[in-house]
Amino acid sequence: MAIDKRFLKKLRDWEATILKSVTDHFPERETKFTTGSWIEAERVALPESGDFERYLEKSGMPGEYPFTRGVQPNMYRGRLWTMRQYAGFGTAEESNERYKYLLAQGQTGLSIAFDLPTQIGYDSDHPAAEGEVGKVGVAIDTLQDMEILFDNIPFDQVSTSMTINAPAAILLAMYIAVAEKQGIARAKLNGTLQNDILKEYIARGTYIFPPKPSLKLTTDIFEYCSREVPRFNSISISGYHIREAGATAVQEIAFTLANGIEYVKAALEAGLPLDSYADRLSFFFSAHNDLLEEVAKFRAARRIWAKLMKRKFHASHPKAMMLRFHTQTAGSTLTAQQPDNNIVRVTIQTLAAVLGGTQSLHTNSRDEALNLPTEDSVRIALRTQQIVAHESGVTQTVDPLGGSYYIENLTDKIEVEVWKYLDKIEALGGMVQAIEQGYVQKEIQSSAYRYQQEIETGRRIVVGVNKFTIAESSLVNSQPVNPQLGKIQTAKLFKIKQQRDNVRVAAALKKLRQTTKEPNMNLMPDILTAVKEYASLGEICNVLRDEFGEYHESVIL
Amino acid sequence: MTKKIRILIAKPGLDGHDRGAKYVARALKDAGYEVIYTGIRQTPEAIVRTAIQEDVDFIGLSLLSGAHNELFPKVVKLLKDQEVDDIVVFGGGIIPESDISFLKENGIQAIFTSGTPIKDIINFIQSCK
Repeated sequence: MAIDKRFLKKLRDWEATILKSVTDHFPERETKFTTGSWIEAERVALPESGDFERYLEKSGMPGEYPFTRGVQPNMYRGRLWTMRQYAGFGTAEESNERYKYLLAQGQTGLSIAFDLPTQIGYDSDHPAAEGEVGKVGVAIDTLQDMEILFDNIPFDQVSTSMTINAPAAILLAMYIAVAEKQGIARAKLNGTLQNDILKEYIARGTYIFPPKPSLKLTTDIFEYCSREVPRFNSISISGYHIREAGATAVQEIAFTLANGIEYVKAALEAGLPLDSYADRLSFFFSAHNDLLEEVAKFRAARRIWAKLMKRKFHASHPKAMMLRFHTQTAGSTLTAQQPDNNIVRVTIQTLAAVLGGTQSLHTNSRDEALNLPTEDSVRIALRTQQIVAHESGVTQTVDPLGGSYYIENLTDKIEVEVWKYLDKIEALGGMVQAIEQGYVQKEIQSSAYRYQQEIETGRRIVVGVNKFTIAESSLVNSQPVNPQLGKIQTAKLFKIKQQRDNVRVAAALKKLRQTTKEPNMNLMPDILTAVKEYASLGEICNVLRDEFGEYHESVIL
Repeated sequence: MTKKIRILIAKPGLDGHDRGAKYVARALKDAGYEVIYTGIRQTPEAIVRTAIQEDVDFIGLSLLSGAHNELFPKVVKLLKDQEVDDIVVFGGGIIPESDISFLKENGIQAIFTSGTPIKDIINFIQSCK
């Protein structure tokens, strides 16, 4: 095959530098990758001719600016994505059992779901926690719960993602404290903290404090992690919940990257050098049903973020320009009707994530529109990833859809639309202002309304819901949550409050309160001291509530 | 002219999933009802207070976190405690089939789960008139 010599030279140069720097340390999974008919699969297929300069500008080589084709030079030939199922329910004991089950089934990373009281900084005995304890995740009140949660889980072998935002600093402190009790140094810890408060005001709703002090907590975590827990992703800037609230693919990328810009600005204002944390920024997106648009979306997101970091913030290190992301399949696409059909939807979405170059993936369970997923459903969801990884063949080559006329065209179009939003948000004074004015929420709501109207009128077909329906009785195997959980957890908290040294707890909380009055002091060390004394999450958050105030949503309809 | 039907769409508990609640609120408004939406993270007490102040005919509760068995009946009980007997309470969200009869026994008149067309909710409201 005659490949244009400039492309060929580029390929050879890239093999000798960027690729080699990775394969020297991490050999590929196979020495030779082939298709089902034993045809050799190219590591990365390139155009045979055409506009070379334009190719470099739009696509480049994988692992190279603007990273359109992927952040690693050899992607899944080197290592498959991390299969990471978001899980957690009930007590720490029950969740610990589920994590061990998932690890035994071949899952490669943990992802902790916390219950809503934990996410909003209430202890299990708070009146607002009524009915919510242990429902959508595990209940964590003190370090003791965290010790149970990670009992017999090897901290040095798994990476742990924690979906926690407003009280992220407290859960990070607990994680460090448990690891150190197991004898693992904090510098060795791998994982991700969601720590993305801005999308909570837009879409997810687990805010506690107003934006300004919240951003102070965010940047404290950036600074602390860069110094003490350097392998931890200190934030996961999340489009997933924005998409689930009804945003389009374009809006998902635009609002997520706009939030990213706001965090970088906040860190710059706090005096953090860009290179100290920028390579630890990570992202989290949704994978929806529209397969080709989703693939184009991921490619466009990488290109735009790289440009932003390079041109707007003058990042110098390539790692600071890489958009690394976790993906979850779109829960809102799952139907309560004919729930087994959801397995097929999740398969399409898995392909979207993988063809889009994700670093890790959660696949939803077929029964999530009905109840908390059963163990069987979770296993099928994980098997879906394993089938795509090991049987579909899409992992043998990098960015398999790159160069498709349609995909490249769509990638460009999405990029144009995203820049329009980014300009608009900048004109409004940035993302905090855009959120406070309700602009972002209104944009999402109007997309959500349009989408649902299309379903109502039958313009958009949802199989089993507005077409191809059957009379059916519902799935019975639901995963029950113990209704006594609130009481069990409250009793546990009562006991630990009697056993701990309450004088030391009070002193630690007092010290934390003093530090909150010093805007230049990082709050993490005092929070760590408090959690080690078994101060509860609610007690620590109450100190911060007193000092920072609370945020109240302005209802926009 | 008869008084327009007034509906309070409310989000009890700590759940932030408000896409469905906002959709139903807007769609009912478009269908000609007067609709008030509380926003997320409301206590049952606050919901009942708003319902009485706003003199609504219906309360629609939306919850996706699994706390419906505790929080939906609590709203009904608080209404009874206040001797309000002319507000119809209905609900929606991720509600397992097995919980629906329990909720109906406890005064929630109808449950609309995921995938329900808006006309089913409108038909229900009209049937209660």
